[in-house]
Amino acid sequence: MKETIKVDQVQVVLGGKAVLEDITFSVSSGELTGIIGPNGAGKTTLLRTMLGLVPIRKGQLEVFGVPVSRLKLVRPRIGYMPQRKSFERRFPLSASDVVAGGLLTPETLLRPVSAKNEKIKKALQFVAMERYHNQPFQDLSGGEQQRILLARSLVRQPELLLLDEPNAGLDFPAQQSFTELIQSLKRERNLTVLLVSHDLMSIASAADKLVCINRTMHIHGHPADVLQSPSLDEAYRCQFDLISTFDKGGSRS
Amino acid sequence: MIEIFEYGFMQRALLAALLVGTLCSTISFFVVLKRLSFLGAGISHTALGGIALGLITGVDPIFSGSVFAVGTAMSTGYISRIGKISEDTIIGIYYASGMALGIALISSFKGYYPELFALLFGNILSVTVHDLIFMALAMVIITVFVIIFFKELLMICFDEEMAEAGGLPVVVIYMGLLAAMGLTVMVSIQLVGVVLVAALVVIPGAIAYRLSKNFRGMLFLSIVFGLAGSFGGLLISYYYPVPPGAAIVLVLAVIFALAMVARPLIDKYQAKQTGVNNR
Repeated sequence: MKETIKVDQVQVVLGGKAVLEDITFSVSSGELTGIIGPNGAGKTTLLRTMLGLVPIRKGQLEVFGVPVSRLKLVRPRIGYMPQRKSFERRFPLSASDVVAGGLLTPETLLRPVSAKNEKIKKALQFVAMERYHNQPFQDLSGGEQQRILLARSLVRQPELLLLDEPNAGLDFPAQQSFTELIQSLKRERNLTVLLVSHDLMSIASAADKLVCINRTMHIHGHPADVLQSPSLDEAYRCQFDLISTFDKGGSRS
Repeated sequence: MIEIFEYGFMQRALLAALLVGTLCSTISFFVVLKRLSFLGAGISHTALGGIALGLITGVDPIFSGSVFAVGTAMSTGYISRIGKISEDTIIGIYYASGMALGIALISSFKGYYPELFALLFGNILSVTVHDLIFMALAMVIITVFVIIFFKELLMICFDEEMAEAGGLPVVVIYMGLLAAMGLTVMVSIQLVGVVLVAALVVIPGAIAYRLSKNFRGMLFLSIVFGLAGSFGGLLISYYYPVPPGAAIVLVLAVIFALAMVARPLIDKYQAKQTGVNNR
């Protein structure tokens, strides 16, 4: 399988402090990879590095075979969904307005977005939210808002989807439904998905591969192998007994 | 009522109210959405230092005040980004320093400067043609900027992280918004003075935010209430012995209080209508 993301000995320094050190892994095309680690492990920073929002001090990071320093060449092929905390929830936008935000790029500066309504409609269909297009975003439930934000990241029909804690703040049924939606989108649209999560069990049951970091690389591999590895305990600085739960179908511990 | 249009000073005042009311309420839309309310107060108090410096050195105080206002707005945004200091901390420092500079320079004045008091407390009735030209110029520049970058500005206000990830020149556009805000505050000082100007760039947007759930409606209502406050305050000050600046801000504050009461009533009415329609 082709490598969509290649991370090789990456070091990231912020404010004079190394927040990521010696991170190495790759993500193959069509894979759903989960990035796990304790709070403050650098998961979001790693995702932001892949978007060119945080500079790399050492190592190499390639997306679609292009170094991250030249990311603008492949940016239209990447969809991104930041953490929910990054926006004001009572913002006066409709669901369609929120999705339209995903169409704004340097190319749409000083000119209108072409075929905007069709693209928005299609993206809302992907997440089964087309009937909510005129609804105020602030009136939607947390789970519905997440679907709209997912539609925004899908509106340019990307091949790679980067999701930062998409299940945070959702109740269990909403989390399950959202994870199922991601899996079905991945299958139907052959998307490569990189998903950051602190919820170990839900991501382990959904992902093809797991990457465990805590400032530095701990383990990368199949979820069953990662969950059995002592490296996981090291990363979280505690002992896990997750594999029996995972074998039963990956329900929440 | 009609006689107020017969005086030249009232015609100029009404025109100033139209220009500043529209400009402030447009900027107010972004100020409320991006939570920049405190910046308005910081800019106006720093502008006082610039105005006083202009008066002492013989430079046009509107020009020197504008340089200080725009400089404060843009450097606040820049320092908070590179220095990792929160915007409200920087504004707090600028606010006090600008005011201190103004007080220090004013106290060293020898003689009487009537224009200083107009700029401190506002005097829309003393607006000159030169002031109107400055206001119109500022309005043209800011309106063109907002029209060109409206969709990007809205996106930056909603989710800056996503805008950056999409490759938009977020810093450049945001700095443009801050410069527009600085210029708007300086223009509005003519109307209500340094002390009250922050209200003009906050209250219209806050009223509209309370009443509307979509940005088009919010922008429209912000402009409507900005103009209502400007004209309403001007009329009150014509008929009653209340300074125009204070009257304008008080009218806006009353409308805001009414909006606070009206929102739950509107929600209740809409819920009732939805219930009827679903039956």
